[in-house]
Amino acid sequence: MAMESFTPAKVDVEVQAEGGDVHASGSPWRLVGRTFVQNRLAIVGVVIVVVVILFSFIGPLLYHTDQFNPNLIATNMSPSGGHPLGTDQSGFDILGRLMEGGKSSIEVGLAVGIIASVFGLLYGAVSGFFGGAVDAVMMRVVDIGLAVPVVFLFIFMAQVYKPTLGLLIVLLVLVSWLIPARLVRGETLSLRTREYVQAVRVMGGRSGRIIARHIIPNTIGTIVVTVTFQIANAILILAVLQYLGFGLPATTPTWGSMLSDGTTYLQDGYWWEVYPALLTIVITVVAFNFIGDALQDAFDVRLQER
Amino acid sequence: MTGFIIRRLGEAIIVVLGVTLITFALLHLLPGSLARDIIGNKASPQEIAAFNKANGLNTPVWNQYWLFLDKLLHGNLGYSFQYNRTVDSLLASELPRDIVLGGLSLIFALAIAIPIGVAQAVRRNGALDYAGTGVSFVLYSMPQYAIALLLIQLLAISFHVFPAEAPQSASAIGMLEHPAGLVLPVASLTLVTYALFSRYMRSSAIDTLAQDYIRTARAKGLPERLVLTRHLLRNSLIAVVTLVGLSIPTVITGTLIIEQVFNYPGAGLEYFNAALRNDYEVMLGITVLVGVVTVLGNLLADIGYAILDPRIRY
Repeated sequence: MAMESFTPAKVDVEVQAEGGDVHASGSPWRLVGRTFVQNRLAIVGVVIVVVVILFSFIGPLLYHTDQFNPNLIATNMSPSGGHPLGTDQSGFDILGRLMEGGKSSIEVGLAVGIIASVFGLLYGAVSGFFGGAVDAVMMRVVDIGLAVPVVFLFIFMAQVYKPTLGLLIVLLVLVSWLIPARLVRGETLSLRTREYVQAVRVMGGRSGRIIARHIIPNTIGTIVVTVTFQIANAILILAVLQYLGFGLPATTPTWGSMLSDGTTYLQDGYWWEVYPALLTIVITVVAFNFIGDALQDAFDVRLQER
Repeated sequence: MTGFIIRRLGEAIIVVLGVTLITFALLHLLPGSLARDIIGNKASPQEIAAFNKANGLNTPVWNQYWLFLDKLLHGNLGYSFQYNRTVDSLLASELPRDIVLGGLSLIFALAIAIPIGVAQAVRRNGALDYAGTGVSFVLYSMPQYAIALLLIQLLAISFHVFPAEAPQSASAIGMLEHPAGLVLPVASLTLVTYALFSRYMRSSAIDTLAQDYIRTARAKGLPERLVLTRHLLRNSLIAVVTLVGLSIPTVITGTLIIEQVFNYPGAGLEYFNAALRNDYEVMLGITVLVGVVTVLGNLLADIGYAILDPRIRY
């Protein structure tokens, strides 16, 4: 992890010199960027995410497969020239299906990560800024949300309303904004006592302006970090739901449903129906977690240096 | 201290009420009507009216919520019209078996996470630290069922060491009498829980290592072994309280998934099967129960932490 950048023993002379430059240049964003880039795992994470996005969205343009009509004479075929990763129980090409499945995972992950974090940011900033009774009520709402068991709720909703991509995103947002809201609220509690906030108040600045101009920009680090963790989480929950059979219908391939279908054939030794999907999920989620972790450290450094 | 406990208790009650309100709303918003579901499509309007009256469904919504709360307060989690049994009686036989699975996994996860976390903190940035962080990252990034699948592939299919299905005994004692069948479910849930604990345990041990009393202990010449056991380990154990409290949702959700994978007879599998047969009251009864247990876990963790660490004052 980024602990490398913290321990003096591991930092070589060259890097220390760069650190000196940053002091001089003074731009907090440049410092964040530099600390982030120094973290090798973060770079690995970014590269993996870019590759997965290209694989899912550009891949199908280069590697044409039919993911709509089952091919019942070519089921459960082991990897070969025609099908690099073999075919599944309906004769779909696994490599092509991984690309299709990636689309929904990435779309859901990005949409949920961004919408939930932005909503949580606004909610937490308002709650923390006003404090008192407003804060108490708003935070109890968050507590209630956190006490509702997510996967249980999802299975219930999926069983009552047939899920679509949109419904899944809405549901995931409903459970994902809680943590960012709580984090931002905690930061706002300390930010609102800062001198510059007091100064704006004395000058007659309205609450809305203080929140928008002084609170939110200062919590941006937390938000950037939670976005990445929320994306990772959303992809994981989606994979769990699909595996349990409570997700998008079979016409929309996802990594989770591929894994779920493939598991049936684990005993038969059809490894290509299980492990490529599993590996793709794990690598993608690990990559987002790497990025989140590195960003967390990078923003920590910014706070320390200021 | 008393003030803190009372305030925290008050918050917990509000949160539990909120959870019941959400579950009630979900039950209420279900499409179709309960009467049609239970007495069938051919029921006459009179029969439906009689059913609604008998079950209080003809009263205003707030009154129905009150009836729902009243039932919950009396420990009545609902009624499975498909099994013609109360949810309580369904759960009575399953919860002890869940406690076997969840409890064993929790104990094992702590037994692994505490020493490894301390070792990682002491040898920070060493080979063990990187290996430990790598393992926990991968475990953390896996869907819970994937860990179970890998264990099944390795220990049940490739090498026939342990069976891939949990014992199907009627009682908790019966489950313990078949330890071979318990190994894979418990190991899977242990790893799921460990993934959550390891990162927390490591950073908490690192924080403790930076404390003045550790430096004092070293400065006065205490052997490193004693510094670690008497000062570091003991203070890191405070984190365990928080961990156990916070891990309750993960352990319960993990239980749902692990039970489905291993066909382990517990409340999680019951929930899953209830979902497949559209038995909504069973689903919501279990959801309320999980919500209450989560709130209780957080409450106990907060109070336990305040008692164990007298520096903490709210």
